[in-house]
Amino acid sequence: MTANGIGVPVRRKEDFRFITGQGQYTDDVVRPGETRAVFVRSPHAHAKIRKIDVAAAKAMPGVVDVLTGAQLAGDKVGNLICGWMIHSKDGTPMKMAPHPALAATTVNHVGDAVAVVIAETTAQGKDAAEKVVVDYEVLPAVVDPSKAQAKGTPQIHPDVPDNTIYQWHLGDQKAVEAAFKAAKHITKLDIVNNRLVPNAMEPRAALADYDAGNDSLTLWNTSQNPHVARLVISAFVGIAPEHKLRVIAPDVGGGFGSKIFIYPEEVVCLWASRKVKRPVKWTSERSEAFLTDAHGRDHVTHAELALDSNGKILALRARTIANLGAYMSTFSSSVPTYLYATLLSGQYDIPQIYCEVDAVYTNTVPVDAYRGAGRPEATFVVERLVEVAARQLGLDPTDLRKRNFIKNFPHQTPVIMSYDAGDYNASLKKAMELADVKSFGKRKRESARHGKIRGIGYSTYIEACGIAPSQAVGSLGAGVGLWESAEVRVNPTGSVEVLTGTHAHGQGHETTFAQLVSERLGIPFDSVSIVHGDTDKVQFGMGTYGSRSGAVGMSAIVKALDKIEAKAKKVAGFMMEASENDIEFKDGKFTVKGTDKSVGFGDVALNAYIAHKFTGAELEPGLKETSFYDPTNFTFPAGCHICEVEIDQETGKTDIVNWVAVDDFGTVINPMIVEGQVHGGIAQGVGQALLEGAVYDANGQLVTGSMMDYTMPRAHDLPSFHVGLTETKSPSNPLGIKGCGEAGAIAAPAAVINAITDALGTEDIAMPATANAVWAAMQRTSPKAA
Amino acid sequence: MAQVSMTVNGKPVTGDVEPRTLLVQFLRENLRLTGTHVGCDTSQCGACVVHVDGIAAKSCTTLAVQCEGQSITTIEGLATADGKLHPMQEAFRENHGLQCGYCTPGMIMAALDIVRRNGHELDEHTIREQLDGNICRCTGYHNIVKAIEAGARAMAK
Repeated sequence: MTANGIGVPVRRKEDFRFITGQGQYTDDVVRPGETRAVFVRSPHAHAKIRKIDVAAAKAMPGVVDVLTGAQLAGDKVGNLICGWMIHSKDGTPMKMAPHPALAATTVNHVGDAVAVVIAETTAQGKDAAEKVVVDYEVLPAVVDPSKAQAKGTPQIHPDVPDNTIYQWHLGDQKAVEAAFKAAKHITKLDIVNNRLVPNAMEPRAALADYDAGNDSLTLWNTSQNPHVARLVISAFVGIAPEHKLRVIAPDVGGGFGSKIFIYPEEVVCLWASRKVKRPVKWTSERSEAFLTDAHGRDHVTHAELALDSNGKILALRARTIANLGAYMSTFSSSVPTYLYATLLSGQYDIPQIYCEVDAVYTNTVPVDAYRGAGRPEATFVVERLVEVAARQLGLDPTDLRKRNFIKNFPHQTPVIMSYDAGDYNASLKKAMELADVKSFGKRKRESARHGKIRGIGYSTYIEACGIAPSQAVGSLGAGVGLWESAEVRVNPTGSVEVLTGTHAHGQGHETTFAQLVSERLGIPFDSVSIVHGDTDKVQFGMGTYGSRSGAVGMSAIVKALDKIEAKAKKVAGFMMEASENDIEFKDGKFTVKGTDKSVGFGDVALNAYIAHKFTGAELEPGLKETSFYDPTNFTFPAGCHICEVEIDQETGKTDIVNWVAVDDFGTVINPMIVEGQVHGGIAQGVGQALLEGAVYDANGQLVTGSMMDYTMPRAHDLPSFHVGLTETKSPSNPLGIKGCGEAGAIAAPAAVINAITDALGTEDIAMPATANAVWAAMQRTSPKAA
Repeated sequence: MAQVSMTVNGKPVTGDVEPRTLLVQFLRENLRLTGTHVGCDTSQCGACVVHVDGIAAKSCTTLAVQCEGQSITTIEGLATADGKLHPMQEAFRENHGLQCGYCTPGMIMAALDIVRRNGHELDEHTIREQLDGNICRCTGYHNIVKAIEAGARAMAK
C-alpha cells in the first residue's frame, strides 16, 4: 500500500474547487450571446391543446422567439424513448406511447411543456411566458396506479388500452403455488412503496450552442452519462448526427439517478439554438424540478411468504403495480422488472419465487430509477415479510434470518441472479455487536420510563450492482451494452491522465481512480488527473449509476494499466538492452531481473515518446492504452443495517436514536468516501421511511410541489451513523469491488419501518411514517396510549 | 434599472440592475461570482447563503438593491489572497463534509454564522438544530456536522 494507494482515506482532489466556490456546474458556464429558455407548462394533468397563441408573447421586450410543440413536430424532431424493452407474459412488446419534447396535441401531466420562450434574460422570458395563451380542453385524469387499469378509467394514450404498458412476470408460478399449498405458515403484506422526488441539490440545466460554421452542436448538461445522452439525442431524437454533437457534463451537483435520463428540455435547447442561431440556456427552478425530474419508486404490492414449521422459507410471491407516470422515461421499464424481481430472494435460500408486475401510465411525472432503483422496493418487500413472519412465528427476527441465509457460493436464485460471494452471518453478527442488541431490553425499559416507546429493526439487504454484463442485460431487453471504457495517457514527463466513461457527481472519482493509478504505477497521486464528462475527450462510456463506477469503470482502468505496463516493459527493455521478459516492474521502477539495472517510470515514459532507443518497426512510439471492460457478472453488495427508534407517545414523532450499518462492499478503495456514500444513502432511505412522499390530488395536481411541502431530511432529522465493514471480495472483477453508492438507500427503509412496527406492535403503517401517521397507528391499536 | 453599490469580498462594486434582481443573481450574473448557488425557489435549501455585513443571509430572498452600501462576503471571499483556506473550508475538506459540492458554499457560510452565534465549542445537537436552513442531499449531514465542530474549534486557534 502506498501513501495514497488503495485502502487509504485520501482527502479528495476535487474538494479545493468546491470549498472555494470554483466548481463549474452547467449554470456557471456562459457562452457569448447566450439566451435563456423559459418553458410554458401545462397546469392540467390531462388536457387537449386546442390552440396556442404566441403573438402577445413574441411582442414582449427581450423575446427572441417563442416555439411550440407544433413547430417541433413540423421540424420532425423525434420522440424521447425508453431504452429497455420489456415483453409481457403473452409475448407482446411493451406499449411505449410517443413522448414529444414539447406536447403538440395533448398534455399528460402537470408540468408537461407545450411551448418555450427564448429571451435575452430569464426575467424577460418569464414575463413573456405568461403572455402565451393556451386553450386547453381539460380531460379527466388518473393518478392512482392501483386504479389506472380499471374499466372506465380515463385513457391516457390512445394505443395503450387500460393504461397498461406491460404485464410481466418472472419465476415458476406453478411451483410457487405448490410450495404455498404445502406451507405451514403464510405471511401476507400489502405494501405501498411511496413516490419520491430525487431533489439533487443542483437543479437540472442545459446549455446548447449551435456552431453554424461547422453545422455542429455542443450541449452542456447536468448528466450522469453524457455519451448516452449524445447517443439517444442523435440516434432517436435526430437533432444532429453523433459526430456533430458534443455533450459536456461538467461538475454535476448530485444525481441519484435523476440525471441519467434524456429529458425534453435538453432536446428543446438544442433544437432552439439551431433555430435562433444563438446559445440557449435553461436552468430548472426547484418547483419546475418537482414537476419534471423523473420521480422514484411508486409501487403498490401484495406479497406473501410461505414457511415450513421450522421457519424455513419455502417460497415468495409478489404482485406489483408500478406507476411509470405519463411517459416512459429512459430506463423506466427496467426498474420494476429486472432491477426489482431479480432481488426478491434477498440474502435467503428461497427455493421458489414468482413475481408479477403490471406497469401503468398515470397523469403524473414520469417515474424512473432513483438511488437503488428497484432494489429498495425489493428489499422492502423481502425484509418486511421476513420480519413480520418472525413476529408471527414467535421467533427472534435475527434467528429467522440466520435459518434462511445463503451460506454456500455461488448460489443460483430462482430469479436469474447468481450470487458469487458473501458472508451474511458475518455482517449480521458484527452489526448486532456494534448495536449492542443484547442491552436493547434495558434501553427499552429506560425509554418507557420517559414516556417513549423504543423499537429495533433489522434490514439484511442485498443488491445487484456493477451493472452489468452486456450479453446478460441484452438478453433481458437492454438497448445498450453496459461495459465501461478507459484510456490511460502517460505523458512524456511521466504524469498521467485517465479518461473514463464513468461520470462523478459527488462520488469522488477524481480521487479514488487516482489512488488506483498511483498505486499501480508507483507515481505520485498528484501526477494523476481523471478526465470525464466530455464526449470530445472520452472515447465512449456508459456513465455512472447502479454503483457501477468502481466495479466496472475501475476494472476498465486496470485493464488499460495492464497494457501500459506491458508496453512500458518493452520500452524499458530497449533502454537497458534486456529482453522485455526479464523486466520486472515494482514501485514505479523497471528492473532487469537478477541485476541492479533499473529505470524509473518517468524515464520510460520519456523514452516511449522520444523513441531514440528503438525504431518504429520494433515498437510504436508513445504510451497510451485503452480498454473496454465488460463485467462477467453483476456484483452483490450486501449487509445488515440496524435501526433503533424512540417514539413519543404524545405526538407520534419518531426519533432515530441509533443506526448501525455493516456492509460488505468487497474491496474498498477509500474508506472515507465509502462511509460518506453509506451516510448519504441512509439519509435518503430514512427520508423515504419517515418524511418524504410525493402526493397528488385526484385531479393530478402535485400537492408536494416545493421544498415547503415535500419534506427533505435535514440535519436534525438524522443521527450520526455507526458504519462498519466486512469483506468478501467480488470474484467478478479484477479489483474485487462490489459497489457502495446505493446500499444505504436500499437497506434503510425496511430497517426504519421494522423498528417502528416493533415499537408499536402493529404492522399497519405506511411510508412515510410521519408523526401524524404513527400517532394515528397508535390510536388504532391502543387508543388510550395518547 | 436602478444603480446599486456595495462591497463584495472587500472590493467596491457598482451595477445597474432591475429592481427585482435578487442578490444571488447580481453576484452570479453581474459579478460572475458563481460559487453562490441556487438550490430552490422557496428559501429552504440555503445553497445561496452569503454574509451581509457579517450576518448570514439567503441571497435568493434578498434584493440586490436592499444591499446598497452593505458589505457582502461570498464563498470566494473566505480564503486569503495568497490562497490560504479559511479553517472552516479546511475542516470541510478534512472531514469529507462535501460530496457533489453544490450545497457546500452555503453550508460553509451558514457554519460560520453558527460559530458567530454560538461560539467555538459546539455540540452535535446544537449544530444539527442550527443547520435547519441548509439542505444537503449527498452526505446525510454526518460529516458536515463533524466538519463544523472541527472548523469551529480551529477558528479559535
